[in-house]
Amino acid sequence: MSNFSDIYQNIPIEALVQQSSDTNELIVKRILGKGEVRNLDDFAALISPLAGGYLEELAYHSNKITKNHFGKTIRLFAPIYLSNECVNICTYCGFSRNNKIPRITIPLEQVVSETRMLANQGFRSLLIVAGEHPKYVSNGYVENCISHCLKIMPSISIELGPLEVENYIPLVKAGCEGLIVYQETYHEDTYKEIHPVGPKKKYSWRMDTPQRAYAAGFRKIGLGALYGLYDWRYEALSVAAHALFMLQHCWKVQLSISVLRLRPSMGNFKPNKNYLMSNRDITQLICAFRMLLPHANIVLSTREPAALRNGLVRLGVTTMSAGSSTEPGAYSNFEESNWSPKQKQPGEQFHIADDRSPREIASMISGQGYEPIWKDFDQSLVTSS
Amino acid sequence: MKPLIIADRKFNSRLLVGTGKFPSGAIMHDSIEASNTNIVTVALKRANLSGEKDPFVDILEYIDAKKTLILPNTAGAMNAEEAVRIARLAATAGLPRWVKLEIHPDHNYLLPDPVETLAAAKILVKEGFIVLPYINADPVIAARLQDIGCSTVMPLGSPIGSNRGIETRAQIEIIIEQARVPIIIDAGLGAPSHAAFAMEMGADAVLINTAIAIAEDPIKMAKAFALSVQAGRIHYEIGTSHLSKMAHATSPLTSFLDK
Repeated sequence: MSNFSDIYQNIPIEALVQQSSDTNELIVKRILGKGEVRNLDDFAALISPLAGGYLEELAYHSNKITKNHFGKTIRLFAPIYLSNECVNICTYCGFSRNNKIPRITIPLEQVVSETRMLANQGFRSLLIVAGEHPKYVSNGYVENCISHCLKIMPSISIELGPLEVENYIPLVKAGCEGLIVYQETYHEDTYKEIHPVGPKKKYSWRMDTPQRAYAAGFRKIGLGALYGLYDWRYEALSVAAHALFMLQHCWKVQLSISVLRLRPSMGNFKPNKNYLMSNRDITQLICAFRMLLPHANIVLSTREPAALRNGLVRLGVTTMSAGSSTEPGAYSNFEESNWSPKQKQPGEQFHIADDRSPREIASMISGQGYEPIWKDFDQSLVTSS
Repeated sequence: MKPLIIADRKFNSRLLVGTGKFPSGAIMHDSIEASNTNIVTVALKRANLSGEKDPFVDILEYIDAKKTLILPNTAGAMNAEEAVRIARLAATAGLPRWVKLEIHPDHNYLLPDPVETLAAAKILVKEGFIVLPYINADPVIAARLQDIGCSTVMPLGSPIGSNRGIETRAQIEIIIEQARVPIIIDAGLGAPSHAAFAMEMGADAVLINTAIAIAEDPIKMAKAFALSVQAGRIHYEIGTSHLSKMAHATSPLTSFLDK
C-alpha cells in the first residue's frame, strides 16, 4: 500500500483552499441540489464562506443522511487518562514536558477501579488515553490495562503515541477495538514549529499511523485535526483527503472523524486569532463531513460547550463523550452520585467545556427524541475468553 | 394467507422486523406490536449477554419473547470465527438457537461476505443452529447454503439502509425459482410498496428495519408494512390475472393446424 504521507504531498490543499474562497453560488447550489459530495473539489465548495450562508440547507442534508445511516441514535463513550508523563513538547498541550504539572501514571488497580466507576455511570465503551513516554506508558502496561478493563467494558479504543505495526498487534490481540490518532495540524511548517522536541516531531510517521493501525487489525480508526492551530479549511480538506484515502485503501475500516477545537491549557500557548473557528464554522464543517462521508462516525467531545453539543445531536454527530476528565486518576476523586470532581485537576490535559454528568447527557439526548446507546460492541466478537 | 414455515415452526406473519436505529426502546416496542410480527432480530453486540439485568443495556426487555421469536443476529462480525463465537455465546445466554447470520467486513455498505458466511453456516448448522444467512442476491451462494442445511436464505433487495427497493430483481427471481427453503428478502426495502412487490414476486417473507425505524412515525409505518406484506402475499396466493400488451395477429400463427 502506498503511504498517505507520500500521496498527500501531491494533493493541492493550498489551491483547494483558494478554490473554496473563490467558489460561486452556482456551484454551491448545484451541490445542495444533489445533497452529497464525493470529491475534494465539491467538499471545498461546501466548506466555503459562501456556503456558510446556506447553513440551514447543509444542516437539512446532514440531518437526513445521518438519520438514514444511523437512525436517531448517539453512541456514548468515556475517556480514561492513564498517564500525563510525556517526552514531547507540544506547545499547545497541557502535558507538554516543560509544563510544571503534577505527573502521574496510575497503577493498574486504579485503572480498573476507575473503569468500574465509569461502567456504573452507564459507559460500555472506553477510550484509553496517555501521554507519550516509553518508560511509564510501555506496551506491556497498556496491554495489561486493556485485558483487565475488558472484563468491565465491552469496547476499548486507545489514543497513544504512534507505534509500529508489531507493537500494535499485542494490543489488538488483547481485545482492543479501535485506535484514534489526530494529526493535530496537517500544515507541515506549523506542525514542526509547535512540535519542537520529542518523537512527535515526525510529521509523516504520525500521518501514516492510521494505515499501520489498520495493518495491525484495529477495527475502528479515528482521524482528526485540532482546529485552531492553522486555517481550519486547510485542515478540513486534509482530513477529508485522509478519510477518502483510508476508505479506498483500507476497505474493512470503520472510520470515525473527530471534530475538535483547541481548548485553554497549561503553558504559554497563544492561539492565532485568525485560526479561530466559530460555532457556525464547526457546524458547517460537521455537515460537510457528513455529506462527504455518509457512513463515518462523527465524534464530538466535551471540549465543546453544552449548547453547541445539544444542537449538534441532530446535525451529523453520531458519537459523544460525557462526564470526562483529562487528568489521570481524577475519576477516583469524583462524587459518584452527581459525577462531579471533588477537587481541582491541576494535571489535566485541557479543561473541558461541557461538564454535565453522563446521566444529564443521556437525558439531553433522549429529550431530543434520540436514543443514547451505551453498548454497541461485544467482546465475544474479538476474544475467546 | 398461508403461514410461513421455517424449520418446522409456523409463523402467521410474513414480516420480520429489525431493532436497529430506533429513537427509543418504547417506540421500538410499539412498532413491533403494530407490525404484528412473529420474528424480531436483535444485534447481539447491542444486547446484554450476561443474563443479569442491566439498565443501560436493555434492548431485549422491549421485546415480548412470548409473542415473538427473538432472532439473534451476528452484526459486527467481520469473519466466520467471530460470527460463530457470538452465536454460541447467545445460545449459552439462553437466547433461541436460531441465528440470523450476517458477516459484513465492509462497514460502509454492509454487504455480506459470501466466503465467510458459507464457512460460518457450515459450523453453525452442524452445531444444531437454525441458520438464516444474509446474502447478496447470488443464486449460487443461495444454492450452496441450502445444500449445507440452512433453513432460509435472505438475499438483499439493495444495500442495507438504502431504501432503494428491489434492485436485484433478476437474481432474486432465480433464487425464488430454485428455492428449497423459504426466501426472505432482507435489506433495502424502503417503502411498503417495495415489500408488496417482493411478496408478489413470490418471496416467502421480508425483513424490514431502517424504513420503519427512521420513519417520521415508526408505529404507523410498521402497520403500513404489515398491511402491504399481507396484500402482496394474498395476491401471490390467488395468482395474477395478467394484463397483456400483446396485440393479436390478424393472421393467426397456428391457423395452419386447422387446415
